[in-house]
This record gives sequence, C-alpha cells and structure tokens, in this order.
Amino acid sequence: MTIRQPYVETSPPVSDEVRKTTCYMCACRCGIDVHLKSGKVSYIEGNRDHPVNKGVLCAKGAAGIKQITAPSRLHAPLRRVGPRGSGAFEEISWDEALALAVSWMKPLRETAPEKLAFFTGRDQSQSLTGFWAQGFGTPNYAAHGGFCSVNMAAAGIYTIGGAFWEFGQPDWELTKLFVMFGVAEDHDSNPIKIGLGRLKERGARVIGVNPIRTGYNAIADDWIGITPGTDGLLILALVHCLLEAGKVDLEYLSQWTNSAYLLDETEGATKGLFVRNAESQPFVIDRRTGMPASWDAKGVQPDLGAVWQGHRTVFQHLAARYLAAEYAPEAVASRVGVSALRIRQLAAELARVAFDEAIVVDREWTDFRGNVHASMVGRPVSFHAMRGISAHSNGFQTARALHLLQILLGAVETPGGYRLKPPYPKPMEAHPTPHFEVTPGKALSGPHLGYVRSPEQLALKADGSPARIDKAFSWENPFSAHGMMHMVIPNAHAGDPYRIDTMFLYMANMAWNSSMNTSAVMEMLTDKGEDGEYVIPRIIYSDAYASEMVAYADLILPDTTYLERHDCISMLDRPISEPGAAGDAIRWPVTEPDRDVRGFQSVLIDLGAKLGLPGFVDASGAALYRDYADYITQHQRKPGVGPLMGFRGNGEDVGRGAPNPGQIDAYIANGGFFQAHVPDEAAYFKPWNAAYQDWGVAMGFYETPQPYLFSVYAEPMRRFQLAAEGHGHVQPPEAMRGRVRAAMDPLPVWYAPFGDAAAEGFPLHALTQRPMHMYHSWGSQNAWLRQITGRNFLYVPTKVWVDQGFSDGDWARVTSPSGIITVPVAHMAALNENTVWTWNAIGKRKGAWGLDADAPEAVEGFLMNHLISELLPEQGDGMRWSNSDPVTGQAAWFDLRVRIERVDARTEALPQFGVLGNPGGAVQKSVKIFGKDFEKSLGAGGEGAA
Amino acid sequence: MHPAPSVILFTVLSGLGFGFLAFLTLGLVQPQGLAAFLSFGLGYALAVGGLVASTFHLGQPTRAWRAFSQWRSSWLSREAWVSVAALLACAPVALRAMGGVVPGGWGLIAAVLCLGTVLCTSMIYAQLATVPRWNHWITPVLFLLFALAGGAILAGLRVPAGVLSLALAGMLMTAFRLGDGRFAARGSTLATATGLGSIGTPRVFEQPHTGGNYLMREMIHVVGRKHSQKLRAIAVVSVALPAVILWALPGGIVSNGLAVAAHLAGALAARWLFFAEAEHVVGLYYGQR
Amino acid sequence: MTCLPGHTEKRLGLVIDLDTCVGCQACVTACKGWNDQGYGAPLSDQDAYGAEPSGTFLNRVHSYEVQPFEGAAQVVNFPRSCLHCEDAPCVTVCPTGASYKRHEDGIVLVNESACIGCGLCAWACPYGAREMDADAGVMKKCTLCVDRIYNENLPTEDREPACVRTCPTGARHFGDLGDPTSEVSLLVAARGGYDLMPDLKTRPTNKYLPPRKKDARTDASLLAPLLDLQAVGLAGWLDRVLGKI
Ligand SMILES: Nc1nc2c(c(=O)[nH]1)N[C@H]1C(S)=C(S)[C@@H](COP(=O)(O)OP(=O)(O)OC[C@H]3O[C@@H](n4cnc5c(=O)[nH]c(N)nc54)[C@H](O)[C@@H]3O)O[C@H]1N2
Ligand SMILES: Nc1nc2c(c(=O)[nH]1)N[C@H]1C(S)=C(S)[C@@H](COP(=O)(O)OP(=O)(O)OC[C@H]3O[C@@H](n4cnc5c(=O)[nH]c(N)nc54)[C@H](O)[C@@H]3O)O[C@H]1N2
Ligand code: SF4
Ligand code: SF4
Ligand code: SF4
Ligand code: SF4
Ligand code: SF4
Ligand SMILES: [Mo]
Repeated sequence: MTIRQPYVETSPPVSDEVRKTTCYMCACRCGIDVHLKSGKVSYIEGNRDHPVNKGVLCAKGAAGIKQITAPSRLHAPLRRVGPRGSGAFEEISWDEALALAVSWMKPLRETAPEKLAFFTGRDQSQSLTGFWAQGFGTPNYAAHGGFCSVNMAAAGIYTIGGAFWEFGQPDWELTKLFVMFGVAEDHDSNPIKIGLGRLKERGARVIGVNPIRTGYNAIADDWIGITPGTDGLLILALVHCLLEAGKVDLEYLSQWTNSAYLLDETEGATKGLFVRNAESQPFVIDRRTGMPASWDAKGVQPDLGAVWQGHRTVFQHLAARYLAAEYAPEAVASRVGVSALRIRQLAAELARVAFDEAIVVDREWTDFRGNVHASMVGRPVSFHAMRGISAHSNGFQTARALHLLQILLGAVETPGGYRLKPPYPKPMEAHPTPHFEVTPGKALSGPHLGYVRSPEQLALKADGSPARIDKAFSWENPFSAHGMMHMVIPNAHAGDPYRIDTMFLYMANMAWNSSMNTSAVMEMLTDKGEDGEYVIPRIIYSDAYASEMVAYADLILPDTTYLERHDCISMLDRPISEPGAAGDAIRWPVTEPDRDVRGFQSVLIDLGAKLGLPGFVDASGAALYRDYADYITQHQRKPGVGPLMGFRGNGEDVGRGAPNPGQIDAYIANGGFFQAHVPDEAAYFKPWNAAYQDWGVAMGFYETPQPYLFSVYAEPMRRFQLAAEGHGHVQPPEAMRGRVRAAMDPLPVWYAPFGDAAAEGFPLHALTQRPMHMYHSWGSQNAWLRQITGRNFLYVPTKVWVDQGFSDGDWARVTSPSGIITVPVAHMAALNENTVWTWNAIGKRKGAWGLDADAPEAVEGFLMNHLISELLPEQGDGMRWSNSDPVTGQAAWFDLRVRIERVDARTEALPQFGVLGNPGGAVQKSVKIFGKDFEKSLGAGGEGAA
Repeated sequence: MHPAPSVILFTVLSGLGFGFLAFLTLGLVQPQGLAAFLSFGLGYALAVGGLVASTFHLGQPTRAWRAFSQWRSSWLSREAWVSVAALLACAPVALRAMGGVVPGGWGLIAAVLCLGTVLCTSMIYAQLATVPRWNHWITPVLFLLFALAGGAILAGLRVPAGVLSLALAGMLMTAFRLGDGRFAARGSTLATATGLGSIGTPRVFEQPHTGGNYLMREMIHVVGRKHSQKLRAIAVVSVALPAVILWALPGGIVSNGLAVAAHLAGALAARWLFFAEAEHVVGLYYGQR
Repeated sequence: MTCLPGHTEKRLGLVIDLDTCVGCQACVTACKGWNDQGYGAPLSDQDAYGAEPSGTFLNRVHSYEVQPFEGAAQVVNFPRSCLHCEDAPCVTVCPTGASYKRHEDGIVLVNESACIGCGLCAWACPYGAREMDADAGVMKKCTLCVDRIYNENLPTEDREPACVRTCPTGARHFGDLGDPTSEVSLLVAARGGYDLMPDLKTRPTNKYLPPRKKDARTDASLLAPLLDLQAVGLAGWLDRVLGKI
C-alpha cells in the first residue's frame, strides 16, 4: 500500500529566548534553561553545562513553570487587621510596610536589641541575613539548620572538618561500594541520583541502611531494614569487627588523624585532654626514635602504640572501648534488628573492598609535612548519611561513629572514598566561636553561630542563663552550631529565658510543617497575656506564597518567586562546589513580577539602611547598596573577598579581587554560575595536601594554610565532661551534670534515643520521608505536582497490618505520648516491622496555599508533626528539656514513638483547623477577611488536636 | 468499562431499529399505506436516533464524517458505511411498501445491510483483545439476537418473537457465564503486565497519581457482585418475558406494547452490564482486578 | 494509513531500566512540560487547585511492591508510556486514520486535526498509553518527542525525548531498536530486556530492563579475628596489629 501519512513539523522553533539561571524549587540549586516565548516563560529544562545537575532536572524543577503562576502567590504587603490567625489583612504600600517595620525595630535596637528575634528557613542567603542581624546587634539569629540536620554538620566539622549533608560526596567515579544510612533525598537531590546512576552503570554495589525501602533504597542491591535510632550500635559493631580482625588503615590513622596523640591519665582537671608540650601543643611519639615529636614534623612516624609517662594514645583508648564485648554483633543484633551474621558479612565486605580492592591513582603529591608521595592510594568504600541518623537525639554521636568508621577504613579524602567540597575541608579551629554579647545601639562583636571549643565559649549570661532565646550554645546543647529555630516560638511564648518583642521570620512555615507540636504552636502564636496583648507581641514574616504561617503574622513582606529576583549562591554561605571545583551561582530576574512584591534580600538591605545598621550605611548614614544585586557585586566581607568569587577585579580575578560592577552580567553570560577547579595534585587528601592548602589561601578560604588532623578523639567534648565532673570555673547546673557527662563523650558512643524513654505503650516508630517530587510544603500549590501526591497515607508494616485486621481504605487513630491524629492507612511489606511512616508535609491547612478548602491535601492529608512534642517528658527535677540532641540541639523528629488502632472509615483526617482564605489572589486595596469559620473543629474525645 | 449512557442508548436503539427494518424489508410483515409509513418511520427513528446518540460521546462530534475513511481496517468505520448504506437501501423499499408493493430481492439486500450494521457494531467490541469479556464470538451473536428478537417483537410476529426472546435469554445467560471466566482465561496479570513476575508476586504499592485520570474513569469501573447478580436476573427475565406476554395474553396493541417495554428494559440492563462488567487489562496496572 | 506499515525503516523507542529508576517522577513533569507547549493541543488540567485535580499526562510512574519467593519484599518503580508497538491495535481500530504509525521510524502518533475523540484507540491499547484530553477533546499520547528528536533548532545532544534528557539516574534510554548494533539494542541483549504483556501480541518496541538480583549476599567469607582476645588481652592485640605496619 502506498505511504500516505500526515505531515509533522519535526523542527518547530522551541522558543524566542533562553535565559540561564538557578532553580529554586528546592535547595539543590540546579542550573536551568528558562525558555521564553513572547516574553512569557514557556518551558524549563536543565542546563547541560551546570556542575550540579549536568542537564537533568527533578520533577519539581521541571514543574517550576506552574509555581510562577500559582494562585497562592502573594500580591502585595499585608497588615493584619483582624485577630492573629484569623487571616484578616489589608493590603498596604511598601512605604507603609517598611515604615511600620522600622517603627517596631528601631526602638528595640536602641534599648534592647535581643528583643528582636530574626530566624530564617529555607533560604540560602544566610551570609546576608546573619550579617544584618549582627549589625542590628541581636544575639537571636539563626537559620533553620537546628531543626534540619545540624547533627550531620557539627559531627562532621568536629571530626573531619567537613560533613555529609551537601558538603561532600562519594567519589562517584571510583567508589566500588556505596553505603547509605538514612537517606531519602537530601539536598543534593540530583547529584545523588546522577551518582547512583553512574554506580549502576559501572555495576558498583549499593547498600541501603534504612527502615523503609523506597526510592534510593529501592534500587540498592542490598537493604538493611534497621530499627530506627540504632545505627550507632550497628556502626560501632562494624568497628568492633574491623578492629578484631585488624582490618583498619593504620598508616592513615597515624599520619592523618589524632589517633597517635597521648591522652592525659593524671586524675584532675586535665584528665583525658591531650598531653601537651611546652608550647602547649599536643605531640606524638615518633616510631623511629621513640621520642616525642611535633605532629607536623617532616618524616614523623607517629606511634599508635606509644605509651609516654603512663599516658596512652587515643588509638589504644579507642581499641579498648570498641573491642569490648558489648559492641560484638551478637550483643547488638536484637536491638538493631539485624542479625549478627549480617553485621559480620557487612564488616567483611567493607574490609574486602577497602583493603583487597584498594585503588592507586598514580599522581604525585606533597603533604603539609613536606613528605612527597609518589601516588594516591584509595579505599573505594564510600558512605552517605542524612537525617535518618541526624534527626534522632543520639544523632551527633551516631554521625561521629560513622565518620570514625570511614576513618578506620582510610576512606575519607582518598580516591574512591568520601570527598569534601571546597571551602571544606576546614578545621573546626578555623570556624568562629558564637558571639552574643549585647550592647544597645551597637553591632554584635562577631557572627552569631560558630563552633565552641570549651565551656567558656557557651552563649551564657553572667548568671549562667542562656543568652539566646533558642538557648543555643547552652548546657542543654553546647554544640548547637546552627541555632535551634524549633525552640524560638515555644521559648518566646514561655518567656524563657526572657521575653522578646518582635519575631522576624523569613521563609519558614512555622505555623505548620516545620514546627513540632503544630497545634500548640498555633496557640502560642495567638495566645494573649492578662494585659490582653499577644504574648509574642509582634510578628513580621516574609513569604512568597499563601502558606499557613502567613495568617499568623502582623506584617507580611511579600517576596518574589525564584525567577523574578536576584539571589546569590555564595562561597560565604552554601555554595555549589564539587569535590574537584569550588563553585558559586546566581539567580536573576528572568521574568518581571506582575505583582507589588519585592525580593526579600533587597527589602532587608533597605531596612538595614533605614535603621542605619553598620555595613548598610556609609559614614554619612547614606545607604551603601541600591538593592541586593548591588550588594552582591559591591559588598566585601574581607578585602577582595565578596559574595561571588568569579569575575572579580577586571573580570579575570578569581576568589580574591576588587569588586567588579560587571560581575553579574559576566555570571549571566557564563550560564549563571562560576567554577574554579582544584588542581589535579590537590584533588585528594585535601586537609593534608600542600597544593590544596595553597590553593585554598589563593581562593580566599583562609589567610594561611590550615592543615589539620582528623579528630577521632574530640578533645573539646572532653572539656565539657570535665566541667560536668566539677572542673573549671564554668560548670553545668547540678541537674545537668549527668546528662552533659554522658552526651559529651569524646569517643563515639551509642545511647538509646530519648524518645525510647517514653516508649512504654508506644511500640512503633513513626517516621516521615521526603517525596522526591515535593519540597516540604510548597509542592502542593503546584498544579502538576499535587496530582502526583495530593494526599498521604500512613504506611503500616505487614505484622501490624495483620494484627490490627486492616484492609484497604481503612483508617487508624495514631497516638503518641503527646498527641493523637486520625488518618488513612495503607499496607507496605518492604518496611521495618516496627515502623510506620508517611510522606512529609503533604497534609495542608484548609484554605492555605491557594487551594480550595476541600482539597484532598487538607481533607485526607495529614501531618505527623501533631504527634511530636518540642519538649521531652518531665525529668526527676520537674525540668523539661527540648526534644533535641543533647550535644547540638538538633530536633529529634524521628525519635517519635506511637501506637495505632483501627477506627471506622471516615472522610476527614484529624485534627482539623479553621479554614484559611487566600491572601494571594487579585490585588485590590481592600480589607481581606478570610478567616471563615475559625473555631477549631476539634473532634470529640481523643480524636481531636493534641 | 465505563457504562456511558450515550453508548448504551446507541447500541440498544440502533440495534432494535435495524432489527425491525430487517423484518420490514424482508417483507415478513407487510404494513400498508399509513401503517407502512409509521412502521418504517419508527425503524428509521430508532436506527438514526441511535447513530446520533453515538456521536454524543465524541470529543469532536463535528468531525464525525471522518469516521468513514478507514473501512479497510476499522470496524467503527465499516459500521459507518454499512449503516448509511442500510438506511439508503431501506428507503425505496419503504416507499414502495407504502404504495403496497411487496419488497423483493432489493429488500433482501437492505435487510442484509441492516443486520450487517448490527454485526459491525458488535465487532467494535468483539475485536478488543484488551477486554477479554467482549473478545469472543458470543458478542456478535448476542447483538444480532437482540436485534432480531427486538425486531420480531416490534413486527408483532408473536411466535418467532417468543422463540427469539427465549433464545436471547438463553444466550444472555451463557454470555454471563462465559464472560466471567474470560479475563482469567486470557492470562494477563499484574505479573505479565509489569514483567515482575520473574522476581515474585507484585502488588500495587502506590498509584502513579493520587489525582484521577481519563484511564481510570473510562476503563476502570467496579460493580458490586450483588448489584450485578440482581441486574443479570432482571435482564434475563425481561428479555424472556415477551415470550410469555405474547403467547399468554390475547394479541393486540397492549400486549405488544408490554412485550416491547419488557424487551427494552432487558436490553438496557444487559447492555449496562455489558460495559460495567467488562474489565480492561489496563486495570491491572492500577491493581483493579 | 491507519493500516500498519508492515515494516518501518527504524524502530525508535525507549528502554527503561527498572534496576535504576528511583521513581523520582522527573520524567513525568518533564514530559508534561514539553508536550504542554509542543506537539498538538496542550495537556490540560481540570480542577487544578480543587478537590479533584485531574489532567492529561503522557507518562506516569507506578510503584509496585514485589514479594520474592524468598527474602525481603522489594519496591520497583515502573514508568509507563506508549510502547510504540509493531502491531499497534490502537492504530487499526481508529475509524478516522488520525491514529497512525510512522513508516520511517515506527513512532505511533495521533493526527489531532483528524481525531474525532471516539476513544476507541484507548480502549484498544493494553498499556493505558492514551489519554483523551478533556479540554481539546482529542486523544493524546507519547509522541516519542517527535518534535525534539529531529529538531534542527535544538543542539544535537538535545535531540532526544524530554523524559530521557531529564532522567537524573539515566534509567531511560532512547534509540533504534530495529538496529541490533545500536546502544539500546545491545543494552537490551545484555540485560535481558523484555516486553510487557507479550501474550497480547502487540510486539512493543519499548523494552524494560529487569531489576538485578537483590539482597544476594556477596559470598565474602567472614573476617577472622587476628587472635584470641580473651587470651592475649589488649596488649597482645596491639603488638600484633601494630606489628603489621
Ligand atoms: N524532594 C525533596 N528534597 C529535599 C527536601 C524536600 O522536602 N523534598 N528537603 C530538603 C531538606 S530541608 C532536607 S533536611 C533533606 C533531608 O534529606 P533526607 O535526610 O534524605 O530526608 P528524609 O526524608 O528526612 O530522610 C530520612 C530518611 O532516613 C530514614 N530513617 C529514619 N530514621 C532512621 C534511622 O534511625 N536509621 C536509618 N538508617 N534511617 C532512618 C527514613 O526512612 C528516610 O528514608 O532533604 C532536602 N531535599
Ligand atoms: N514531621 C516532620 N517535620 C519536619 C521534617 C520532617 O522530616 N518530618 N523536616 C524538618 C526539616 S529538616 C526542615 S528543613 C523543615 C522545613 O520546613 P520549612 O523550612 O518550613 O520549609 P517549607 O515548608 O518549605 O517552608 C518554607 C516557607 O517558605 C516559603 N517560600 C517558598 N519560596 C519562597 C521564596 O522564594 N521566598 C520567601 N520569602 N518564601 C518562600 C514557603 O511558602 C513556605 O511557607 O521541616 C521540618 N519539619
Ligand atoms: S533538585 Fe530539582 S528542584 Fe531542586 S534545584 Fe534541582 S531541579 Fe530544582
Ligand atoms: S526520571 Fe528516571 S528515575 Fe525518575 S522516575 Fe523517571 S525513569 Fe525513574
Ligand atoms: S502502547 Fe498502546 S498506544 Fe502505544 S502503540 Fe502500543 S497499543 Fe498503541
Ligand atoms: S480517539 Fe481519535 S485517534 Fe483514537 S480512535 Fe478515535 S479518532 Fe482515532
Ligand atoms: S518520549 Fe516524550 S512524549 Fe514520550 S514519554 Fe517521553 S517525554 Fe513524554
Ligand atoms: Mo532540612
């Protein structure tokens, strides 16, 4: 038959123009090509040249086009006119809005700067927001890291001078065995997926340690369905096996770690600290001479087995601890939910790949001691871990344990192992300590957040009470390097440690998915004192969309969407570096806002100028910067070093160089990002590699080379133990000595998550996971993404499913020690038998996010947060500690314990709250009342909100 | 499958109409003058009405004419041709009948085209391997029997109508019985649909979208067992009823009217079940089987 | 033309690796994004912000749980789109000729200007690859990005389907399955790529690569203790271990 078929235009024009910027449907920061047809965004795809995503996009990024047209977008500044939470607002002009904000803030700065608490969520402009808060002079500033994953960051910095999270990555090209602990998605969304793809391509082995077998763990060759909160035990059992068999990298330990330092054995104030020489430097015993030698002496061979005047090395203490029978697989198996045999098999596999399948990259390099190495020997075993480990109250120690395991295998910063991304590695000592002393009308003496080395550096007032509203850097959690955003509202409401006046929040949905005990938090935000005033007097909030939090603010500063503003993904903040290259990037307005909104950073800079904050005005008091774009190019943190490292000076300087007015255009021309590549000979062994250290100085990461040894033994922690034992002039309150003593163990330990204390009658662990295609609460406003997941179920393991006689379509009441929810259930077999879970932040408040009040997200969708308390049950002394890691204050989301019972099928999940209206929508200058029926619909009896 | 009213009406009415026209054009009944006009008019009304109803479920009704183009491969296209041919062929027969002339050979051709239309309609369903219940010789047989029984009833041929009605009832019961086993017999399962059977036993963990979609609305329709048993009984009894009515009751417009009503009720119930009980293999992907 | 072109010069299609797909849904929205502004009518969404959002998608990712004959249950993510079948029943049933299979590359397309939206092709497709757009009233399906793969306005490396280009794990492969020497054909041969519902005789062009065997213990023998700790104690262990440096 003759071929007759319709003509198809196979080469249609794709678009009029492509603008390259950075995605912000999540914090991964992939490069995007934004296609425009007659000025309108028509299509978004990945930028092939971009180091982060190499052309790919995730489901969110590819759906970005629906974000910038979402009906939830805020349209203009709003001032509250009805009661808080009722959501009654009136639209006001920017002049009015800024004047109002200044009238609230200025008096505070002049009298009591600490009464302004400025906390930020998902944003990535912490170097600006922190700088602003420092200029304002309040100690109460932090980003969201405290409820996110500070355990990862802090354990990493205190151990290897870098961390998991997004600060390093496996050597995807060379690793042969990759083990994931508690990872569902992480910030490196696309890089991890690309990496997993590479491993699969090369046939490398992937092992997933996770109670739930979805996503990354679904494609893992091997799944270890561990019992939540017990990873530390599993890891230390692996350490036990490796030591027992002598399968540890002794050369690596002696050369690159503090394993050969001597620990003071003399009873008293120095016990357990490093033995120091006259120059108060820790030293090592040189195997060649048997004599003390400086740790960084050329050719030194530190002796792991040395005993000096009765003082033994860290290595011997370590061996003594982990060789003990309590860490034998047989002793931990039942607790961990993994058979002893399986644990021993894993240890054997790690050892085999690390040592029998070692790889050699023949590339000469010189270490900081001046020793030249002919080649780079690598141990092709790599690990990644995230909140499955860090979101537990034993997360810091567990993360430390995992780093210890990596170190024993010699698999950090070696080929095939785990590699850090510039500006990391960086020793803890190179980080600032916390600054918090308040002087009215003056700036803080230094940055808020940092890494404490000893009790003297805690953020405590003279009377020993916490200096910060979130109690960060207090005895409750000495290493809270990211602050504790999850405690701000509860503490401010309780007036503990003191009362504040204005809470200034940015990009954090604190009235919903980012708070523990959400229902109570909503009450705290609306609670009034005897005087009839709000207990938290003023709340200013910047959001771009009609989130649940918007209704709880007094003043809304509406932000632009990510395609409508300048942003800076900076080396001073959270850059887009690769192990082999430093990288930073920008966003720029690829399309103009069609609403009366402004980029928050520009607004903040404007406020800074109006308040006359140092760093934002010149001597004459005139504003230093026009807007954020101007700040990005002109601002210098130290001479020659600014927010962007590329195209400085005449356009050729990298890292250091004078400000270049053409810098942003140069970035745009370059695809929106810039990369500076690490020299080949500096690619591995970075902390000890002279070539890397010199490169780091040239780049402006630090002023002088900063070589250091990995801290198998964390001496700063020992200092806190000593204080708890009664030494030194800064000591913990009596009631806390025991806790500090136990938590601050300088060698990794495992202790049961605090959640287990209240586990009686709550046999199940309850978890959440990130859906790969949703970003926290924002995904649901996206017309495409919400069709994929518009409601969530509680996934129940087979054992429980059968015991409870569940069947499809059933509902259950889920009870925790602090709350109750009633939700739809579904069966899952590939799940730890004592664990239930759901997708995070799918549940929405009725009417929020520009969705109809009967949207499934709000009707059947639910949050786990109602079950999680921000405080632990009362202690013996009636004191209540926060539900956080005792070392860092990291929110212990995953300590949650519950029980579930089948209930009659229903149509609505509980708890339910009043319907919010949409503060987005058409811009008209009129009072918007959208607090339709606002009384809480608390179901009868147990079924209501906690 | 989704029991769309338009499709149910279309198949039932046009089937009935073409059946009736077949009897008229064969001259098995020979109404004269006005009666002839009314009879043919009714036949045409049913047939054309049905065809019109069928366009209601089109996304682009205005383009319906395009359906004539693919007679080589498509039963739907063939149906379009044959139905038009049938309607045209009946015209001269009708005109001459009004003039009192008995249809001759030409009438035979018209009758064949009428039943051919019904056959084409049935083949649209019978050809679908994706719907095992339909994909069987009994589908065309059933459609033709519906047309013939219905036609005979309208034609008032009491004896053949009764016989055909009983045959239809019997065939309907057989169809239900055979149909229930068809999906399993075809052997498609979630394991073959996904190819995961080689690893073990698959089950749906999460649906691709929590939001609905065209496939689920169109091809996944679950009827309660009780409900369908009831309807089956109603359908079988109603299509058999005309036999009783026509044989037991004295002849006349009343009994004929009752017979037609019973037949129509049965046909509609049967046709609703024909769709509602038909399972499409795509349901496997959604764990709907 | 609605008869099938017995033989096609090429057999373009997708190979989907179930061992690598993490179920991220990227291919789903990338497909929606491209085709919303590409070939034919946009892919409409109904009740987009309401109680029952429902729209047209040409590619959907299922998630199945498989209970192996022994061992722990597994989760397999399963993308589903048009398989561009050799014997495509969706084509032959079409009364208008709107549905056809291209003779040059075997891509199965809908000529929307001729489609009357009767839905019969969707009924004929075993794989649920066709969705009628509620706004446009015409049948939509995977076009294999026919407006990308030959598009001279795109750089050569971008002339591949949107879903393939975006897939972060590289679980989606595009190529000519008619050419036994093509990368996709070799991949299929090497990994035992298979057809969906072969019993229905549609002879799909797209192939699926099965998940590799999971939870297969690597037969590494367990680590032997260096020596009897109880007997020699820590000191003995130390001498032995450090002796190895
Ligand atoms: N798509 C998407 N990407 C995101 C986000 C998002 O919302 N959506 N959020 C971003 C943010 S803010 C963060 S902090 C990161 C978080 O990145 P992840 O930490 O990957 O995110 P979670 O979903 O919290 O994953 C926790 C994982 O740990 C497992 N788990 C829980 N308890 C334990 C345990 O005790 N042991 C082990 N081994 N596993 C356990 C859970 O089953 C889950 O798989 O993701 C970032 N990336
Ligand atoms: N149960 C449970 N709860 C959790 C977690 C969990 O695993 N389980 N994870 C916790 C973790 S790790 C984190 S990081 C938090 C995250 O929780 P949040 O930090 O609250 O993250 P989002 O929900 O994304 O809220 C960010 C807010 O920023 C707004 N926004 C989005 N884009 C912009 C913009 O361009 N400009 C401005 N000004 N605002 C914008 C959004 O509308 C939203 O209101 O959730 C925590 N909550
Ligand atoms: S991971 Fe996805 S959402 Fe996040 S930046 Fe990259 S493309 Fe955008
Ligand atoms: S994009 Fe790739 S990995 Fe993600 S769902 Fe689609 S095929 Fe799977
Ligand atoms: S998958 Fe379905 S639509 Fe695609 S060619 Fe095969 S039968 Fe036709
Ligand atoms: S819906 Fe369109 S393409 Fe499908 S069969 Fe009908 S006319 Fe053909
Ligand atoms: S090939 Fe194109 S049309 Fe087909 S699924 Fe992929 S993106 Fe969608
Ligand atoms: Mo986070």
